[in-house]
Amino acid sequence: MTTAANETEMTLVQAVTDALACEMRLDDRVIILGEDVGLNGGVFRATEGLQAEFGADRVVDSPLAESGIIGSSIGLAMNGMRPVPELQFEGFMGPAYDQLCSHAARFRTRTRGRFTVPMTVRVPHGGGIHAPELHSDAPEAIYAHQPGLKVVMPATPYDAKGLLIASIRDPDPVIFFEPKRIYRAFREPVPNEAYTLPIGKARVVTEGTDLTVVAWGAMVVEAAKAAEQSDASIELIDLRTISPLDEDTILASVEKTGRCVVCQEAPLTLGLASEISSLVTERCFLHLEAPVQRVAGFDTIMPYYKLEMEYLPGPDRIIAAINETLRY
Amino acid sequence: MPITTAYETRIDHVSILDEHGAFDESLGQGLIPEDQLPAIMEHLVFCRQLDETAFKLQRSGRMGTYPQNTGQEMPSLAAALAIDKADWLVTCYRENTGLFWHGLPPECILLHWMGDERGNHIPAGVNATPIAIPIGTQMLHAAGLAWAEKAKKTGAIAVTFFGDGATSEGDFHEAANFAASLKLPVVFCCQNNGWAISVPSSVQSAGETFAQRGISYGMPCVRADGNDLFAMTKVMKDAVARARAGEGPTFIEAVTYRLRDHTTADDARRYRDAGELETWEARDPLPRLQRWMEAKGLWDKSQHEKAMKSGEERVAEIISNAEGIAAPDRSEFFDHMYADLPESLKRQRDSKRTTSLGQFPEDLA
Repeated sequence: MTTAANETEMTLVQAVTDALACEMRLDDRVIILGEDVGLNGGVFRATEGLQAEFGADRVVDSPLAESGIIGSSIGLAMNGMRPVPELQFEGFMGPAYDQLCSHAARFRTRTRGRFTVPMTVRVPHGGGIHAPELHSDAPEAIYAHQPGLKVVMPATPYDAKGLLIASIRDPDPVIFFEPKRIYRAFREPVPNEAYTLPIGKARVVTEGTDLTVVAWGAMVVEAAKAAEQSDASIELIDLRTISPLDEDTILASVEKTGRCVVCQEAPLTLGLASEISSLVTERCFLHLEAPVQRVAGFDTIMPYYKLEMEYLPGPDRIIAAINETLRY
Repeated sequence: MPITTAYETRIDHVSILDEHGAFDESLGQGLIPEDQLPAIMEHLVFCRQLDETAFKLQRSGRMGTYPQNTGQEMPSLAAALAIDKADWLVTCYRENTGLFWHGLPPECILLHWMGDERGNHIPAGVNATPIAIPIGTQMLHAAGLAWAEKAKKTGAIAVTFFGDGATSEGDFHEAANFAASLKLPVVFCCQNNGWAISVPSSVQSAGETFAQRGISYGMPCVRADGNDLFAMTKVMKDAVARARAGEGPTFIEAVTYRLRDHTTADDARRYRDAGELETWEARDPLPRLQRWMEAKGLWDKSQHEKAMKSGEERVAEIISNAEGIAAPDRSEFFDHMYADLPESLKRQRDSKRTTSLGQFPEDLA
């Protein structure tokens, strides 16, 4: 891969930092707050160097309180700012749930448009990094189920930058999940300037004709490994946005392939894969050659890291589902 | 000396016009311009009438659940008197007097309790947030709103209201800590009305006062007679001045009493002693101010009758406005979910259904 003069090779986490820096240079209203985001640059270094460039008034080390971070960000957003709060791990979203779902999601409709909450909540997401309990979960369906929120999850550095800038500019609250397992998994050229990618649009990673695989976040990488192992022609879709769901891209693909496997880290029951399965069954019924399969985490508590790879769907479980669906 | 005093504090209690009519001239002189008092009295008469009428509207099936404000008129009104138009009132649901003084049309409050979100569409230029239903969460919004004012260097501040029960909620503590730690221009006002529905304030906290809740966050704390407009105005003015000067938040405990039920869905006789109610009825803030103004020659019986009459007319007009508003479009609740409605939501809105048997509903003949 060659890198043009106006591009830089970056990891996903570097693309996040770059997106924040680009947007903060362009828009004085953007303010970052969270635990350890300042001098320390965040526990994943996603805000590295930003306090040095933009000052402690715009990159703010807040008290250690997730509800406080989100609740005060709501007030900032309602009053003309563009807060980008960071919650350190997805497992710590619980304390902020009330502010996210009782307020951030509701202010626009509650006030019939008088107050809006243009806030982007950055949250490292998912397992596979040998972290302690509550540092490895996949709660995206909870927030996708809440009307009024948008939920975005990139799987590449290029998408991370474009989607994060789009999220910050979005007039509504966005939960921006960052797949921490692939924060530093690979690099790719990322444009130096600010750019956006549309929220609500999936990406066809590889085109194929035999079977559609739908994935998001770190599972896109696992699904791609599985697809490479298959002799069949697999069409891999990276959702990029979880809510609102890009139904058209999924449906068009399954209409073509007639077979669909959905991959998620989250527990099986009532996850996003179930919603996609329902959608495909309802709208592609006559095109389907096989039942839609869901490759997911188990309906257990995510185990501590000695067993986390037993829990997380990997290429083996995905390829098994692909093969069974092809044979059906 | 192995043991020393690490920290010592005290909580002041401010009273200017007490329940027996005694007025502290040294604190109260000039606090509220005398020529403003008749308008304040008219406002209070009107607000009390609206509150009592709202109860009747609920009982006659013309309005949903309503939380009466009667007895708690002074704390929020004092805040409204102490702040400027650009400042924020971030309230819960017993602050009608202050909100109306700050510019909120009373129709908004009625519409809210009539089950119509359009009442929460606060008019542009009125810096107030809508009725907050989840207890003790709005103080964080006040912290954020005030933070934005600080960031924009406008000099504007936020005053937030909540009850004694709300100080048991975690968000109260997070808001107090954020505001103090980040030196945000916020005034926290706890209306201690004695009861969180059926649970007395003695169960909410083992502390002697609610004011001391703020001490651990490093902000000045004060307690005032919440049924005394002058005491409340003094502590509000002091707190607003501190916030505006960049000195950070203040915690005010307004000691008051809920003279009515928690809401129209509640019956306080189940848990509240009749004698306690009688004691507090004698401390009703409106007659207290009225008697003092009459003694000072600032108000008289004929003015009061006139205020009652014009108040009644205004209440009737406001109810007529609230009840007369055209019903919202049947799918109006979709319209403000997002700035741009996603296609899937448009489909639900337009078809009024979520089933499709594999085809778009509009394609089903």
